[in-house]
Amino acid sequence: MEGKKTPLYDTHVKYGGSIVDFGGFLLPVQYEAGIKKEHMAVRTECGLFDVSHMGEILVQGEKALEFLNHVLTNDYTDLKDGCARYSPMCNENGGTVDDLIVYKKADNDYFVVVNAANTEKDFQWMVDHKIDGVELSNASAEWGQLALQGPNSEKVLAKVAKPEAIPAGYYTCVFDTEMQGIPCMISRTGYTGEDGFEIYMPADRAVDAWELLMDAGQEYGILPCGLGARDTLRMEAAMPLYGHEMNDEISPKVAGLGFAVKMDKPEFIGKEAIEAATPLKQRRVGLKVTGRGILREECDVYRDGKKVGVTTSGTFLPYLKGSYAMAIVEAADREIGAACQVEVRGRMIDAEMVKLPFYKREK
Amino acid sequence: MANTNELKYSKSHEWVRYEGDEAYIGITDFAQSSMGDLVFVNLPEVDDEIEVGEALGDIESVKAVEDVLSPVSATVLEVNEELLDAPEAINEHPYDAWFVRVGNITETEELLDEEAYDKFVEEEA
Repeated sequence: MEGKKTPLYDTHVKYGGSIVDFGGFLLPVQYEAGIKKEHMAVRTECGLFDVSHMGEILVQGEKALEFLNHVLTNDYTDLKDGCARYSPMCNENGGTVDDLIVYKKADNDYFVVVNAANTEKDFQWMVDHKIDGVELSNASAEWGQLALQGPNSEKVLAKVAKPEAIPAGYYTCVFDTEMQGIPCMISRTGYTGEDGFEIYMPADRAVDAWELLMDAGQEYGILPCGLGARDTLRMEAAMPLYGHEMNDEISPKVAGLGFAVKMDKPEFIGKEAIEAATPLKQRRVGLKVTGRGILREECDVYRDGKKVGVTTSGTFLPYLKGSYAMAIVEAADREIGAACQVEVRGRMIDAEMVKLPFYKREK
Repeated sequence: MANTNELKYSKSHEWVRYEGDEAYIGITDFAQSSMGDLVFVNLPEVDDEIEVGEALGDIESVKAVEDVLSPVSATVLEVNEELLDAPEAINEHPYDAWFVRVGNITETEELLDEEAYDKFVEEEA
């Protein structure tokens, strides 16, 4: 099999992972427990994911903040040290180059995490739109990344990290810390809709960090989790996935990411096009099966026999025990509670338009 | 559990258990484990005519959909409706979780015995 290996490849094989090629990386789609059990472990206890394939880009220099506010749709002006903020990155047409998370280490020093398959594209995009006073470096190969997710995550982490190493608030982080001697950066973020942490460490310490957390998590029901559960978990929480809910053609506003598009900023790439496309012609909506069948991606959505949109993600969601999809539909036809039909492999499946997210954890 | 050495197997990973002139059809342990957690099953209806080598239904996991190919041409006498509500039974007991009972069998593809099927799976894997 062609494809890049993360530092944890041998560990995945050892833990019984079923390896697939995902965006050019060889990663486990699931381990022996299977997607449903892995998914439930994250909802009720905790799970550990290898996300070392994600890209890391350093943005540094006296104009770093100005640069981020230029290439990204969110506003970083008031971001504090040790905090993280999500943003889409748009092209001039208002389409989405990628979505990413920016961590602020200090003034003029930011750590940006991007989608694996987009790392090269994003880095090139940033280089092409660089301004003087900014240094960019693609540090992806130097970093391993693990995601420890689920309600027991903090208890697990507390066994291996000192209290000051554990970020207290959602979307905060602690740089230059350690877990039992393994240097790392710990962030209270995730892609599952649960409490949890994303932990960055030098690539050559990723295996040590994995084993440390798996050991610490035994008493808290930890399971190693693959890409399959990562996808069902993010879908249940209605988190968009690049290449599905958004792409180079789809604006973040259409994808439902308006909260991270700050139209009151003086300028950013894509602002004029996004302004011109208001009010939105299309919008994201949730679909829930009311008939029989499993919704899949790229299936046509109908209301009263008229095609109104296309699904962007769809599957069976293990915690909610039903089939759901996200779709992009004509804004005029988007009506919560409305009946619709989705054509899956030639069969019409009855569904209902519902609010997102499908699942929200109790806090 | 069914005695697996009394079953016949297709190269597309279905099993057939003959009872007199009738037969039960399901999918093999290899098929269920390759699919992972099954979350949905489509079955034919009673009195449907099924054709050898054609889909008699399909199975869906979180990630994938696969046809279940009929090893025989026959008439559906009964479908296992319990699978509709509990497709996980196929993962748990693949050789008890029959999909259909058929009769009026007019054609059967060349089927393997357990030993030949196990060897076939080993070579394919």
